[in-house]
Amino acid sequence: MLTDELVDLSRLQFAVTAMYHFLFVPLTLGLAFILVIMESCYVLTGRQVYKDMTQFWGKLFGINFALGVTTGITLEFQFGTNWAYYSHYMGDIFGAPLAIEGLMAFFLESTFIGLFFFGWDRLSKQKHLLVTFLMAFGSNLSALWILIANGWMQDPVGSEFSYVTMRMELTDFWAVVFNPTAQAKFVHTVSAGYVTASVFVLAISSWYLLKGRDLDFAKRSFRIAAAFGFASACSVIVLGDESGYTVTESQQTKLAAMEGMWETHPAPAPFTLFALPDDATRSNQYAVEIPWAMGIIGTRSLDKEIPGIKEIEAENRQRIASGVEAVKALEILRSKAAEPAAKEAALPVFEAHKADLGFGLLLKKYASDMNQVTPELIARAAADTIPKVAPMFWAFRLMVGLGFAFFALFALALYYSLKDKFTEKTWLLRWAVWFIPMPWIACELGWFVAEYGRQPWTVYGVLPTHLSVSSLTPASLYGSLAGFVGFYTLLLIVEMYLMIKFARLGPASLGTGRYGDLSFAGQASTVPPGTPATRHPSDF
Amino acid sequence: MIDYLTLKFIWWLLVGLLLVGFAIMDGHDMGVGTLLPFVGKTDEERRVAINTVGPHWDGNQVWFITGGGAIFAAWPLVYATAFSGFYWAMLAVLWALFFRPVGFDYRSKVNNPTWRSTWDWGLFVGGFVPPLIFGVAFGNLLQGVPFHFDETLRPFYTGSFWALLNPFALLCGVVSSAMITAHGAHYLMLRSEGAIFERARLGALACGIIALICFVGAGFWVQALPGHVITGGADAAALPNPLDKTVAVVAGGWLHNFKNMPLLWSVPALGIAGLIMGGLMAWVRRPGLAFIASSLAMTGIIGTAGVAMFPFIMPSSSDPASGLTAWDAVSSHFTLGLMFGATVIFMPLIIFYTSWAYKVMAGKVTLDFIRANDKKAY
Ligand code: HDD
Ligand code: HEM
Ligand code: HEM
Repeated sequence: MLTDELVDLSRLQFAVTAMYHFLFVPLTLGLAFILVIMESCYVLTGRQVYKDMTQFWGKLFGINFALGVTTGITLEFQFGTNWAYYSHYMGDIFGAPLAIEGLMAFFLESTFIGLFFFGWDRLSKQKHLLVTFLMAFGSNLSALWILIANGWMQDPVGSEFSYVTMRMELTDFWAVVFNPTAQAKFVHTVSAGYVTASVFVLAISSWYLLKGRDLDFAKRSFRIAAAFGFASACSVIVLGDESGYTVTESQQTKLAAMEGMWETHPAPAPFTLFALPDDATRSNQYAVEIPWAMGIIGTRSLDKEIPGIKEIEAENRQRIASGVEAVKALEILRSKAAEPAAKEAALPVFEAHKADLGFGLLLKKYASDMNQVTPELIARAAADTIPKVAPMFWAFRLMVGLGFAFFALFALALYYSLKDKFTEKTWLLRWAVWFIPMPWIACELGWFVAEYGRQPWTVYGVLPTHLSVSSLTPASLYGSLAGFVGFYTLLLIVEMYLMIKFARLGPASLGTGRYGDLSFAGQASTVPPGTPATRHPSDF
Repeated sequence: MIDYLTLKFIWWLLVGLLLVGFAIMDGHDMGVGTLLPFVGKTDEERRVAINTVGPHWDGNQVWFITGGGAIFAAWPLVYATAFSGFYWAMLAVLWALFFRPVGFDYRSKVNNPTWRSTWDWGLFVGGFVPPLIFGVAFGNLLQGVPFHFDETLRPFYTGSFWALLNPFALLCGVVSSAMITAHGAHYLMLRSEGAIFERARLGALACGIIALICFVGAGFWVQALPGHVITGGADAAALPNPLDKTVAVVAGGWLHNFKNMPLLWSVPALGIAGLIMGGLMAWVRRPGLAFIASSLAMTGIIGTAGVAMFPFIMPSSSDPASGLTAWDAVSSHFTLGLMFGATVIFMPLIIFYTSWAYKVMAGKVTLDFIRANDKKAY
């Protein structure tokens, strides 16, 4: 039985495990390229400090990467364990990018990360840089393929339902790959990763500067993070806008929920800067609006209308009614008992209503027999197609607000880097230190908007979430959920402990003798205690 | 484009190849993980063992991940039915695997004996449990597992976790675990010296003998198991629908393929010969040859299970007609072709750069190396 409890627990488990995964992913995506930049500086200038930077930030990268892998494996198998019907129904399309991700990306990043850590003494400088680059390239490729898969769930192009095999089948692979939704998601999400890593490096370097330690090392790291971060912050905003545009095109309900648009406005619609959306009365209170802005952002025109929630819901009611016909015809086509003549009669009906099949399936939550469907049930199913507005509205605005805050931070950091005055601006350094959790918050909010906003579908307009789950018992789900949360929380604590430990040790943790003293925090030292911190002349 | 039937068969071979690749590549680092608490008496010795696989375990693990992805893409119904049916077994594999990335990366970052020995046991679990469970899973597939579909092709699994732990399945678990540990021991011999080499050699001999005895024993047992045979219904080349066929369950049915094509006996023979050669080569201290022999042994052993069941992949004990085969659990013609193309392009590339990575890191890992690289090594 697919009880609501089972469905909710499965969703919760996916959300929890995916959100854990995305605590580690953005740092991997961005830090990998920052390592490439640092190591390129080393190869070009031959200065030891850049090699030390690559190795030290690489250490933190490794600590993060380990949990990225740990949490990623779960997701790879969770579609099968917990979303079995989804996996059958979508595997023909969705499995392909996932498998290609393994072949093309995971092998690359995972093979070369080994050489990145262990190959320093065995490879020439140039070859080692190539290794670092391939590792970074691999991790970004993995983002590309998984976001193509996810983009298809948001906007299912290039595929068609087959009643013989009872599933969606791939018809146009390149349409799936070049799906504008997927491409916009990819560039926005990797940019978010670059911002995350830049804030990370900027913040830890600022902390060293505030403490007045490892100055040369910290300054150079700060400058690289400021420059890379500024470019990334610009790109996350521009490409976030692009994501918004593709959402307007392909997912009207999500857009309407994000924007709290209950009614259809005559074009061009205003942008609601602030409001208190109320799901009960279906209206906004205290709305502050910017005239025309939404129409321009959403449609890039002045005359296209953006439908509001109430209009979308009315439309969906019709699609559900049409979908009921598709489901009924499909049941005849699949039945072993039905006469060939009945099947022949059902086929044209099915073809005529096929496009609304997914909407018909929404009713399965309320009625197993499609002949018992009433207008009330249709209205209930149509109401389900609208995600809750208030959380969407706020999550989206918080992400965007943070996006502009990052822009300001990096703009100032870059400006003072260029003028070489940043070490004196303690307010800026403190701001950077305090901002360290913000990119993670923005990323999680972004995923919340994207995924919660897709509800009640796993594949938008095609397969409802409540049909997608495996036939498990809620007891199994409670057990596995508790296991994941317990396990991950423990690992997260261990990871944070090591991250903080090594961030505090700083470059001294490399044991080169060029930085600080190592004799604390349980690390055996190669520098005899009492040796003053020494610096190599070639550092300057 | 290649015709559908041929592609279906190619994918049966390719999934088998991925499994063998997984056993050879991830198998050797899992074997080292299993042996870790036994071959390393001191912290430095254990670090030697860990660093023989340190640069490679992550790349190797992708064989497992890509195996999962490939089954999703090529056999979506198997991915859906097996992973949700074997829910707790899957979770046990995942949770055991959790210890590996953190175990390798975090263990030597803190200089505290309790911390380090905790992660050593974590690496043991991460190396020992997955192969054991895969073996148990194969043991259950050979007996058929209880599941069926409804008319919308939704899978329902009606067995319990505990029922998976039956004697035949456990015997298969021992085969799998022993062959992978022996393989890991061969690899460890190749990359270490002195006391660790000698202990690994003992492990290789012990595990090789266990694997041999149990594999032969399981072979005799299989003759008594009910095998599944397709008796009619849909044509192998038809659009896949597992409900279209009829299936008979006959005692000794898993030997039909061998009887119809005696040449196939070479597959289990390869398993047996590989195990014997592996043991002999370990005995005479030729780890490189032993590694090749155990790779061939695992090819033969995994191949034996595949060939015996062919074309079945996941036979159903409760509703034989629902059993999944290489003909009816597959993706569309287009997707199979596409994925075949992707594999043909990327597999050689992967093998090329993986070999390069092993070449760069070649040579023995020594105690001196660990002492000199206290901060850099795992
Ligand atoms: C935008 C990027 C992104 C997104 C949305 C996801 N991942 Fe991920 N994943 C990565 C980006 C990434 C990465 C950057 O490549 C990781 C993260 C840290 C790391 O170690 O590699 C990774 C690791 C990683 C691994 C381990 C790979 C290895 O051993 O090298 C697996 C199996 C997955 N992921 C699978 C998934 C699945 C099934 C997802 C969807 C449900 C998913 N990831 C979402
Ligand atoms: C790693 C970043 C991701 C995060 C943080 C994330 C977050 C979430 C959240 C919060 C939910 C729950 C939504 C709800 O039920 O209300 C969810 C569900 C889901 N997501 Fe994601 N997601 C991520 C990536 C992906 C990707 C890349 C895919 C597919 C390729 C995906 C597929 C799914 C599926 C199948 C569900 C369950 C069904 C559903 O509830 O719609 N997710 N995710
Ligand atoms: C001003 C800036 C921003 C705008 C206009 C914007 C816009 C959007 C939109 C419309 C989505 C939903 C896409 C969908 O549902 O498919 C989204 C998702 C997301 N955002 Fe943003 N965003 C901004 C800033 C940020 C920042 C600063 C971060 C993190 C550092 C971030 C991280 C994410 C992530 C991880 C997702 C989920 C993946 C995706 O759907 O692309 N965003 N963003």
